[in-house]
Amino acid sequence: MCFIDGWAELPKNESMPGAAIEIENLTKDYPYGFLHLKKKRSLEGLTMQVEDGEVFGFLGPNGAGKSTTIKLLVGLIFPEAGTARILGKPITDIEMHRDIGYLPEQPYFYDYLTAAEVLDYFARFHDLTAADRSERVARMLKKVGLETARKIQLRKYSKGMLQRVGLAQAILHDPKVVILDEPMSGLDPIGRREVRDIILELKREGRTVLFSTHILSDAEMLCDRVGVIVGGKLRGVGAPGEIVGMKAHGMEILFELPASGTSAAAIVAKATKTGDRYRLQVSEEELYGALEQLRAVGAKILSVAQVKASLEEYFMHLIEADRAQASAVEVSGK
Amino acid sequence: MTRAGAVALNTFREAVRDRVLYNLVFFALLMMAAAIFVGGISIGIEELVIKSLGLSAISVIGLLIAVFIGVGLVYKEMDKRTLYALLAKPVRRWEFLLGKFGGLVLTLAVNTLAMAAGLFAALLYVKHHLERMDAVLLIAVYFILLKLMLVVALALLFSCYSTPLLAILYTSAFYVAGLFVQEMRTFHFAVPNPAMEALFRGLSYLLPNFENFNVMAAAAHGREIPGALILQNTAYAVLYSSIVLLVAAAVFSRRNLK
Repeated sequence: MCFIDGWAELPKNESMPGAAIEIENLTKDYPYGFLHLKKKRSLEGLTMQVEDGEVFGFLGPNGAGKSTTIKLLVGLIFPEAGTARILGKPITDIEMHRDIGYLPEQPYFYDYLTAAEVLDYFARFHDLTAADRSERVARMLKKVGLETARKIQLRKYSKGMLQRVGLAQAILHDPKVVILDEPMSGLDPIGRREVRDIILELKREGRTVLFSTHILSDAEMLCDRVGVIVGGKLRGVGAPGEIVGMKAHGMEILFELPASGTSAAAIVAKATKTGDRYRLQVSEEELYGALEQLRAVGAKILSVAQVKASLEEYFMHLIEADRAQASAVEVSGK
Repeated sequence: MTRAGAVALNTFREAVRDRVLYNLVFFALLMMAAAIFVGGISIGIEELVIKSLGLSAISVIGLLIAVFIGVGLVYKEMDKRTLYALLAKPVRRWEFLLGKFGGLVLTLAVNTLAMAAGLFAALLYVKHHLERMDAVLLIAVYFILLKLMLVVALALLFSCYSTPLLAILYTSAFYVAGLFVQEMRTFHFAVPNPAMEALFRGLSYLLPNFENFNVMAAAAHGREIPGALILQNTAYAVLYSSIVLLVAAAVFSRRNLK
């Protein structure tokens, strides 16, 4: 059954033996209003798994429930219902925290400390010796490119630099599972590239990475699988390739016109010109007819390729469907 | 416990770097001014004035630090979200609370001892020598520190679930009420009202008894302070603070961070 017109339903994330993160029916309400008597459901019955050693992208618009899920996993908030386990340990078990690294969204640290001091402080909670702490702090600062700023108080750091400190504290103790809440947020292109490299390095080291983002190109580039959450509900899980390949949007013909060719022909007028080249999108049924017409006007065909939907298009479809469903419920309620 | 210690040391470091100990400059100036000018305006009672002024200043400055920094101990960490990365480490919430409490008590202890040293210096300037009875001042300073420990515990409790402004109001209300517990126990209405009198009596046992820690007058006059009172006040402050911290831990352990 299709859950969105034209889009095949993504496979549900079923339990797998090598799951690093197992989430089952996790539900979270936030109270609001006078005396907090009313409740808004932020996460509804989330069930999913993240496989050991994979990079998993958690996608969704603002307010979809990504940060709520992550905060539940690291024990900052508590669920109304459901359970979760990380590396087989329940999230309520303090020992679980030895194996995880966490980067909060828009991290903020003690601004009276230097980067080296804040990392040393966090390292103390992992029962490391002073020598080990010192070695790891130096290594992490080098890794995130803050070696030269190690003695500057964090109050003088930019948002991007704080993000790097956050990343360093998350991986300082060699965690098996790294959970990053919007790790690219607030970073310039160079910073984003560096974070991407760190995530790929974590994957090469065999660590499991779960990160939330709404920057879809990052997810496409980094993730083995992505989960899409909209309105507190998981809408599907799959490899980015599976998702973007699920719906072909037709064919794209790339061609050039010789100097003698006519650009006034109807078929050429439909194409988009970029430099000397033209791009023409047609349906699969129209392809051969369009090629004939282009040949007739003397066009040189450079390539013919299938146009696949981007992750962004898929994402937008989900959001639009969610809005449509919400307004349908509202109308039927009236 | 080492994790609570790490939080405590960081809290102390925060206080030092936030220039909390700069109040010592104010205290030093106050003591210097008192030592220089008090002789001229109070012939024969310089010692009493210096002791009373010094102990009162130690108490007031300590209270201001305990209340105003205590109410922000947890709230500030939640508001600025510095707590997020920390609670993802293998640290229990009660360990964090204990560390914050210990850090501020350590700050107050260093501050109070430095002020006590200033008081003795001023006394030495005025009297040109110290006597054995002056050591009673140390007991008065110790009682002030016990009182401050209790105030920090209360401020920390309120800091766990309310805004700093409300927490200041609650802590101050508890402190003021705690100064009148003896009166509450013996309070009689003009028209006898046994129910209200029982309520007041009950409240007087629930509220922290801050009156017991006030030995400033006795210390200023050089009167002996019984050893039993030292033991009783120590046990009371430790027990009451522990209970308040347990309640704070219970509240904070189920608190959802925003």
